[in-house]
Amino acid sequence: MNRKRKNRLAMACFLLIGVGASLVVLFGALDQNLNMFYPPKDVVSGVAPLETNIRAGGMVEEGSLARDEDSLELSFVLSDRAGSDFRVYFTGILPDLFREGQGILVEGELQQDGSFLAHEVLAKHDENYMPPELMSLAEEKQPKNTGG
Amino acid sequence: MIPEIGQLSLCFAAALALGGTVMGFLGNALHNNKIQEAVHSQVLGQFVFVLVAFLALVWSFLADDFTVGYVAGHSNTILPWQYKVSAVWGGHEGSFLLWILIMTLWMLSVVLLRDRYPRYFISNVLSTLSLLNLGFICFSLFTSNPFDRLIPMTPVEGSDLNPQLQDFGLIVHPPLLYMGYVGLSVPFAFAIAGLLQNRIDSSWARLLKPWTAVSWSFLTLGILLGSWWAYYELGWGGWWFWDPVENASFMPWLAATALLHSTAVMEKRGAFKHWTVLLAVTCFSLSLLGAFIVRSGVLTSVHSFAVDPERGAYILFYLTLVVGSSLALFAFRASESPAAIRYSFLSREFFMQLNNVVLVSSMVIILWGTLAPIGYEVINGNLYSIGKPFFDFFFVPLMLFLAIAIGFVPVLRWKKTSFDHLRSVLKVLLPTTLVMAFLIAYLIDFRSSTVVLCCGLGCWIIVNHGSDALARFRDNGLFSRSYFGMSLAHIGFAISIIGVACTTVFSVEEDVRMEPGDTQIIGPLKVSFVGVSDVPGPNYIAKRGIFDVERDGEYLHRLMPEKRTYSGGKVMTEAGIEAGLWADTYISMGEPLTDDAWAVRLHYKPLVRWIWFGGILMALGGIFSALGLGSKNASRGKESSGLTGVAQEGTSN
Repeated sequence: MNRKRKNRLAMACFLLIGVGASLVVLFGALDQNLNMFYPPKDVVSGVAPLETNIRAGGMVEEGSLARDEDSLELSFVLSDRAGSDFRVYFTGILPDLFREGQGILVEGELQQDGSFLAHEVLAKHDENYMPPELMSLAEEKQPKNTGG
Repeated sequence: MIPEIGQLSLCFAAALALGGTVMGFLGNALHNNKIQEAVHSQVLGQFVFVLVAFLALVWSFLADDFTVGYVAGHSNTILPWQYKVSAVWGGHEGSFLLWILIMTLWMLSVVLLRDRYPRYFISNVLSTLSLLNLGFICFSLFTSNPFDRLIPMTPVEGSDLNPQLQDFGLIVHPPLLYMGYVGLSVPFAFAIAGLLQNRIDSSWARLLKPWTAVSWSFLTLGILLGSWWAYYELGWGGWWFWDPVENASFMPWLAATALLHSTAVMEKRGAFKHWTVLLAVTCFSLSLLGAFIVRSGVLTSVHSFAVDPERGAYILFYLTLVVGSSLALFAFRASESPAAIRYSFLSREFFMQLNNVVLVSSMVIILWGTLAPIGYEVINGNLYSIGKPFFDFFFVPLMLFLAIAIGFVPVLRWKKTSFDHLRSVLKVLLPTTLVMAFLIAYLIDFRSSTVVLCCGLGCWIIVNHGSDALARFRDNGLFSRSYFGMSLAHIGFAISIIGVACTTVFSVEEDVRMEPGDTQIIGPLKVSFVGVSDVPGPNYIAKRGIFDVERDGEYLHRLMPEKRTYSGGKVMTEAGIEAGLWADTYISMGEPLTDDAWAVRLHYKPLVRWIWFGGILMALGGIFSALGLGSKNASRGKESSGLTGVAQEGTSN
């Protein structure tokens, strides 16, 4: 093998290793930071993993918002209006668009006792806007409403 | 009547765009000077008609013409007039009309500066731009017409403009951002024209550079304003969220930064030919991808417009067409491999290559992080989101590496730098940097190694560029504007890095429950809550909180954040911010808990202004480097010979 070829081979190996290594790191990092979304049905039925960072969403049940007297601790119930609901605990300030009866997303961990400890509550800019994650929920509930 | 004039004008503009496309290519094919020149007036016509359409929409807003569906959806009678004007781009349809207006503005500027370019080249450029514009206008007319009427179901009163958009930042943010996004179509058209004429060389790069630099500067300013707006308007004190829509503007910025540097190398040394062309195509494709992400609603984001699959499909089709045809043209033309241009590891070329690799990898990672959730959804139907840590994990080390490389730029020479030169320069620069970094770290805080590292890298860039500029000034008495622009932009980057590091590490944030009379310690400050009063606004009622801020027992200032309830019933937080060179005090009101108790968010944010100040310097640097190329400075002789070179080749083509 002449030198030029050798150089080229070394370069190709180097490139392959480099690209391979970066892909491994990329997918590793992606895996660690992927937060999967679960609708209330999955949260309640135990499909959603416990004590792992996940996203969940649903409609805030009317009249379910409860606050602690002296701190910013609060809780509310998220439901799919089809029989599945769970209580979310959160400490902090809710977004301006948080309203009872509206669809929201929460990010946090599901606890052993079936409650959800949120570290973030997300509501969207536009109040007519439905997060894509919740679209299927809204669609599912539509026929039930008209039928009932 | 007026909206119909607008719609008709848009149709005329579409016809002229079609005409411009055909005649530009035809004029070149027939070598007919008259046809080539006709394209110029067609571009002017496109601009005038789109402007008329835009003004018709502005008029409809000012006249509260709620028969126009778009107006009824984004404005009402009590909205202050300046927000009625900015409401024109407060929604999807109108903002796309602004996009088209800006597109024609860029085309017009190409026509106005046409004397600098060869005739055939400019015809190809204008044809390409007209074709792109035709696609945009059709998109507006067929899928998102802002002039659609609501007859006979005309509402008496319009709904409210989203209160978060009723703000100065949102008046200027979209136009600036679009100037950047759409401006990238010019380098793209230059790439297509260059490929069509098979003229991709260093004089082509010289023509390309100012356009890239100017649109890059606008993009920088647009992103900056978006970040600043998010900081003061969203009420939670963050300045960057890795939100898909932010990423949508950041990806073309990264690619354009890479393009700016690779054109510089191509201009000086003739290297990076194919790469530069590919980058020019990538930049514009990414801005289209950005439009797709924002306007199709495929991704969850705080600022997506409402979901509409038809629009998404149109943009995706358009994007595929643009990328596909330009890559096909590229593959067809670029088959011959360019002459190898040699340079050593210790050369500016190699460091520019590093810069490009880092910028493009960052771009690819962000692209991956933004689009992966869609991929997963398609593959296994599960819904995912990707968190901020993913982006930070890659982006931070890449940028730090970039900072090291940037610091080397003034030290290195083109082609090859001798070790002796390097040693003699670094002997002075390295200790100076270390002393400065040490000083800053001592003044601010020692405890965080991240901050010391970032401040050190910032100083490394500032010291190296500063000393090189001084040396040049001593030798020549002055330096070219493009050199000045480069130094300014790099120093701006350094300032931003220092700002980002200090804000991230030293910010103090507390969410607390406060009643009038309560005090709270936040960082070095003591905040006391005085009370809340009702304040009426033009189209809202505000609860205004009053907070007094003290430091070491000394009264500093009073902050008055507001919680506004708008006429449409929407609630919005207006943060109270005391901006400072060294730190911001930031207070925003959460919700009322009882009759007097409020949830309050308090922030103490050191050096947060540096992030945007650095960004402004970068944008200014871009403007200077664009001006430098057209100016009458020392490099003029070389430049004009390059231009006439192209001109002759162009006409003989």
